[in-house]
Amino acid sequence: MARIGVFVCHCGTNIAKTVDVEKAAQAAANFPDVVYATDYKYMCSEPGQNLIKEAIREHKLDRVVVAACSPRLHEPTFQRCIAQEGLNPYFAEMANIREHCSWVHEDRGQATEKAIDIIAMLTAKAKRNEPLFTKEIPLTKKAMVIGGGVAGIRAALDIADAGYKVVLVEKTPSIGGRMAQYDKTFPTLDCAACILTPMMVDCASHPNIEIMTYSEVEEVSGYVGNFKVKVRKRAKSVDASKCTGCGVCYEKCVVKGLPNPFDEGLGTRRAIYVPFPQAVPNIPVIDRENCRQFTKGKCGVCEKMCPAGAIRYDQEDEIVTEDVGAIVVATGFDLWDYSKLGEYGYGKYPDVISGIQFERLMNASGPTEGKIKRPSDGKVPESVVFISCVGSRDDEHGYPYCSKVCCMYNAKHALLLKDKLHDAKAYVFYMDIRANGKGYEEFVRRTIEDYGANYIRGRVSRIFPEDGKMVVRGADTLLGQPIEVKADLVVLATAMQPQPDAKDLARKLGVSTDQYNWFAEAHPKLRPVEFLTAGIYVAGACQYPKDIPDTVAQASGAASKVTGLFSKDALTSEPMIAYINEDTCVGCGLCASVCPFTAIDLVEVVDRAKSTREHQVMRTVARVNEGICHGCGTCAAGCRSMSAKLRGFEDTQILAEIEALANVHS
Amino acid sequence: MSEEITEKKNDSNWKPLILGILCNWCSYAGADLAGSSRLKHPANLRIVRVPCSGRVNPLFVLKGFQKGFDGVMVLGCHPGDCHYAKGNYYARRRIMLLKELLQSMGIEPERFHFEWVSASEGVRFAELVSEMSEKIEKVGPFTGVDCSKVPAAF
Repeated sequence: MARIGVFVCHCGTNIAKTVDVEKAAQAAANFPDVVYATDYKYMCSEPGQNLIKEAIREHKLDRVVVAACSPRLHEPTFQRCIAQEGLNPYFAEMANIREHCSWVHEDRGQATEKAIDIIAMLTAKAKRNEPLFTKEIPLTKKAMVIGGGVAGIRAALDIADAGYKVVLVEKTPSIGGRMAQYDKTFPTLDCAACILTPMMVDCASHPNIEIMTYSEVEEVSGYVGNFKVKVRKRAKSVDASKCTGCGVCYEKCVVKGLPNPFDEGLGTRRAIYVPFPQAVPNIPVIDRENCRQFTKGKCGVCEKMCPAGAIRYDQEDEIVTEDVGAIVVATGFDLWDYSKLGEYGYGKYPDVISGIQFERLMNASGPTEGKIKRPSDGKVPESVVFISCVGSRDDEHGYPYCSKVCCMYNAKHALLLKDKLHDAKAYVFYMDIRANGKGYEEFVRRTIEDYGANYIRGRVSRIFPEDGKMVVRGADTLLGQPIEVKADLVVLATAMQPQPDAKDLARKLGVSTDQYNWFAEAHPKLRPVEFLTAGIYVAGACQYPKDIPDTVAQASGAASKVTGLFSKDALTSEPMIAYINEDTCVGCGLCASVCPFTAIDLVEVVDRAKSTREHQVMRTVARVNEGICHGCGTCAAGCRSMSAKLRGFEDTQILAEIEALANVHS
Repeated sequence: MSEEITEKKNDSNWKPLILGILCNWCSYAGADLAGSSRLKHPANLRIVRVPCSGRVNPLFVLKGFQKGFDGVMVLGCHPGDCHYAKGNYYARRRIMLLKELLQSMGIEPERFHFEWVSASEGVRFAELVSEMSEKIEKVGPFTGVDCSKVPAAF
């Protein structure tokens, strides 16, 4: 007979407010095999855990049910707690009476009744818990970082500096990401390239880092410590081992005037190109959709001109498989397409541009070499309007969330505009100014007070061209009157949105995304840089809009998680995996055919019932490869003879939960 | 009909009792999110956590009805999102068969639901519980297998 202790947590008032915790504990005391039940204000606190430990000693408890929050939050806490008293950690169960009860119900009577039911179910399960034991599994001390922006670069450098090998996978031809497009960074006005390019070079020259550009993750299998990642290295049509980066090929390329995505369409590139002069690696790629050799079947200019003989028109995509122990996802963000907005001209006015395009116009290596000229006629603008929250905080057209960085880059753009063109006028239309970072509020004040940017609180309702100017019509909600500004250039602070292929990558990795397709961390406060899938970590703006300081901090956080993982010589495996009762198994193989991980093999064993001393008869049974089984239990649900079982979620345990509830209600 | 069930049928305070079997990675997390977002819904559901909807033996559902639940819901990850790659596909196949079986037993289709709920769909989870509670309130308490309710096709 089990000796179960039930511990009902008040969680301050989170649970106690809607659940009568004393009544729940009293009811629990009468459940079968429960020898002790009590309630306490905070079970997860040190005194709370001590209370459990003392009760284990005093009442000789061998099972513990903690009625508190979700097991997804604190199960490990209470497993550790009872293990310290010498109990098998898997003898702890959690009855989720907070997320699934007190937080979602208002009626105290009903909530208390439900809480008692939940405790009854978990008590019945705990009674049938068997001791489970973890096993050691080996681990590959090499990491993969997906995404070569500032987050990926920082994470890769930190992991590599700690002495571990890193593969950095980047989709575009160069690492650097969004930050490489920027001119200056707020609030210090550091030149973005001056901070980033040395990091890019460090990455390229680091003995522990291998960079794979123009490459994408195709397939991910395995588990923490032992991932296998298939990476597609797209054909660059250039032999990287021969190319010296001299640039003759793209100087001579005859296909000109293609829009350069790095310049956000404002600048051009050729069919063979490096996206920007400081690209790392400094190896060009051929855009096969536009290259004349590929579209017309004849040209060969770059091949003839290349002094190193590095051009390879016949190069093919290469699939490489990397064995890694941990993965950092740092794929960054995309920008919302403002052409959906009719009031801002459906993207048809050349002088209505996005913030990132303005960034390229200011950048010394941008299409105008840092001279601010408006795209339509190259005129130096005399007045520029900046509009906040384009697609952000806009349920109707865009996203309900705040993109977090726009208030600051609007201020930065306004300041830099005034800095470059002293006589130009800067207008900023804003809803609120959210400047909550180190030195941020001061920066905005400086833009307004020292540089004289004109901040107007209100929304813009319409933009239209008139006499070579853009008329910006809106409301000044502080003055309570309409306002009209004639501008040469309008810059929209478009919302940050997830990468279009984020969901796709999430599926390959087996991690979650939220309702917008941002990557979803395991817990916003307890595990902000981890995914629920062990061994995979998240960094930067692929999780949610972030500025550079937050991104870099999180990248270092993710890297330190990886190095923490790698500091162990072996990992412990979850013991909740399948096993087969070979005595009753008939060897039909159904379990093997449904196993998503092909972790079940059919093996021959001696049939002791039919064998004689002289003659051995063999029979077939299923056997689980414990190193591969993930513990989904599909085999257990499919087995005809109920021989396939899942530790921790046995049929007896689940059925007992269902029956226990029926007993409470009868 | 047992005394207990007769009593239940006649009780004017009757509220549906629903068994929920939820996969740990998506749907249970979705239910947790409904909790941390304080999305109120009827207190009729009792949740059993399983690692994957692929773990759900149709027997669990039948056991629920046998033990007097008025409805059963099985929730798993959306297609393509399964933590175990394809456990939810196996669940779907089994449950399609189970639905037929339940119908052939005269158990109304309103009493059994199989849905996908992801970890980010707290709102959807709360809505599903509310909708299912309403549906079952309409069909009334489950009072055991009733041959007269078997559709003609069977």
